[in-house]
Amino acid sequence: MGILEVKDVNKRFGGLQALGDVNLSVAENTVHAIIGPNGAGKSTLLNCLVGKLIPDTGSVMFDGQSVLGRTPFEINQMGISRVFQTPEIFGDLTVMENMLIPCFARRDGSFALHGIRSVTSEAELRDQAEQMLEDVNMLDKRNMHSASMSRGDKRRLEMAMCLVQNPKLLLLDEPTAGMARADTNNTIDLLKEIKETRDITIAIIEHDMHVVFSLAERITVLAQGTPLVEDSPENIKGHPKVKEAYLGEAA
Amino acid sequence: MFGLNKKDGSLLLLVVALVVFAPFLLNPFPESSGWAQFNAGYPDLMQRFVIFGIFAIGFNILFGLTGYLSFGHAAFLGVGSYAAMWMFKLFGMNVLPALALSVVTSGIFAILIGYVSLRRSGIYFSILTLAFAMMSYSLAYSVLATDMDGPDKQGLLQKGLTGGETGLQLTQSDPRIFGAQTTADGNIPVPSLFGLEMRSATELNVGDWVFTFSAGYYFSAVIMLLAFYLSIRIFRSPFGMVLRSIKSNQQRLNYTGMNPRPYMLAAFVISGMYAGLAGGLMAAMDPLAGPERMFWTASGEVVLMTILGGVGTLIGPVLGAGAIKYMENIISKINSDILHSWFAFLPDGLEDIVVTMIYPFIGKGWHLTLGIIFMLVVIFLPGGLVQGGQKLAAMVRRKKTDDTKTATTEPAE
Repeated sequence: MGILEVKDVNKRFGGLQALGDVNLSVAENTVHAIIGPNGAGKSTLLNCLVGKLIPDTGSVMFDGQSVLGRTPFEINQMGISRVFQTPEIFGDLTVMENMLIPCFARRDGSFALHGIRSVTSEAELRDQAEQMLEDVNMLDKRNMHSASMSRGDKRRLEMAMCLVQNPKLLLLDEPTAGMARADTNNTIDLLKEIKETRDITIAIIEHDMHVVFSLAERITVLAQGTPLVEDSPENIKGHPKVKEAYLGEAA
Repeated sequence: MFGLNKKDGSLLLLVVALVVFAPFLLNPFPESSGWAQFNAGYPDLMQRFVIFGIFAIGFNILFGLTGYLSFGHAAFLGVGSYAAMWMFKLFGMNVLPALALSVVTSGIFAILIGYVSLRRSGIYFSILTLAFAMMSYSLAYSVLATDMDGPDKQGLLQKGLTGGETGLQLTQSDPRIFGAQTTADGNIPVPSLFGLEMRSATELNVGDWVFTFSAGYYFSAVIMLLAFYLSIRIFRSPFGMVLRSIKSNQQRLNYTGMNPRPYMLAAFVISGMYAGLAGGLMAAMDPLAGPERMFWTASGEVVLMTILGGVGTLIGPVLGAGAIKYMENIISKINSDILHSWFAFLPDGLEDIVVTMIYPFIGKGWHLTLGIIFMLVVIFLPGGLVQGGQKLAAMVRRKKTDDTKTATTEPAE
């Protein structure tokens, strides 16, 4: 039994079968990559996991509980954090404030009236946030207005916001899209370090095969809404079906 | 100080000083001078400054922090006023229980209206709140103003719950079970704080100046300072930070494990209670409540105040409220005779032309002046009067550093 079990999930948008009988099992404490050509249904699948979309049929179990019918914030409280394809951060807030929101969410749940206590008095959470910022090399930017940062920094901040929650499952939607090579390598190093130091399961959707093969322990190839093969990276590399899906039959 | 950081603490002290010395600060011109009409230091207007300050501070907690523009906040103002009036009619003239009932009633109203309106965001939220406020207005104007008890009873509900067009007024036959129905000399009693009448005032004559210290003003001012302090604490609390994150990126907040809706509702209710408090104070200063207090123009006014002063800033709404109430009361008092006396130094023909050109902007035309100032502020100072102040301060500072620079570099040359 994996920590995430997707069974017979179907999702249809009008005449388009976006997902057809998807079965996926992500084992605990592994890095599982989901790859596939454009339009394969990767993002649809991800949206079904976090409560943004509800599958027409099938079940999605996380840690023994169904996530279907739950709202995104409830699913996050279960232990799933998500990094978006384009960085989603609180642009009007400073970097430190961005980090504190997930800290509050983890400590106080989905809603808490904090009375008139001051943010500055939350020493423990500030320490956690600063520690996390240091891990992603952003401590010097903590008082920056987050909207004014570079795209790479925004992405690192979003990753840090997810990680500071200590999620059981981290979902990454193309975490290195649009990044410079150096930033991509930094992200790979960061994720490797996280994997080694924490009990965390990572599911990653990625186009960059360099990233996929440096991180993934298990790879699922999705094509036209159905999983084609699931195997270790070594076996995926030379798999004829995968080549066919990416390059067309002639290859 | 009081759990505030240094900057907020000094802002609070500044506001305390301004409010305490307002009777002096707002009365800079001697009585006999022609400028005396610009004096704003009389109790009625000063009370309006602080009461509308409370209204705008509360509105800013919703609009400034979460970005949700309510266009129906006057409903809570009206509800607060009616609640305070009924407290005066039924139980007695002490203002504290009346204000407590105002806050509670408007809070309950805000829960109902907020629960429905917050299902939508953006323009739809604004329209929903506007619709609710106008429904409250018409309830108060006609539906709840019909005779609800027979002619043979004591007539407490003869004009319904709200009194309709003429408003809800005190009468000598009101029960007032914990207070006197009439005063010793046969008049309707006035609102008071444990015997201290709200309308009582002392005057201080210094030379040609007359300074008025009114109990009502200082009572409202203390309430305003408490409300202001509370709003600073809300702005600096984790709760306030979550509200700002709602404005910034609601999707991220959702995926960060927080449910925006109860936060929004809490902000809406707090801001509605501020409005109710302001409404209750209005009734306490002048025991009369009419439906026009709920009309949509009253809701629009608080939006103007907040934007004029500076959305999302601590002091902005208070400044905006003061600026608008000052214009409403002072510019509207200028008439053509006064204009003629100002421009008497000009040749006759020119004087008439100048007066004719300025005339539309004064008296009843003060709205025109307000409109122009509002446009200028929105275009050139999107951050409101607060931004204007910051720009001025920065300019002064730059000039100072330039001066010291030249002062220090010159000898070296």
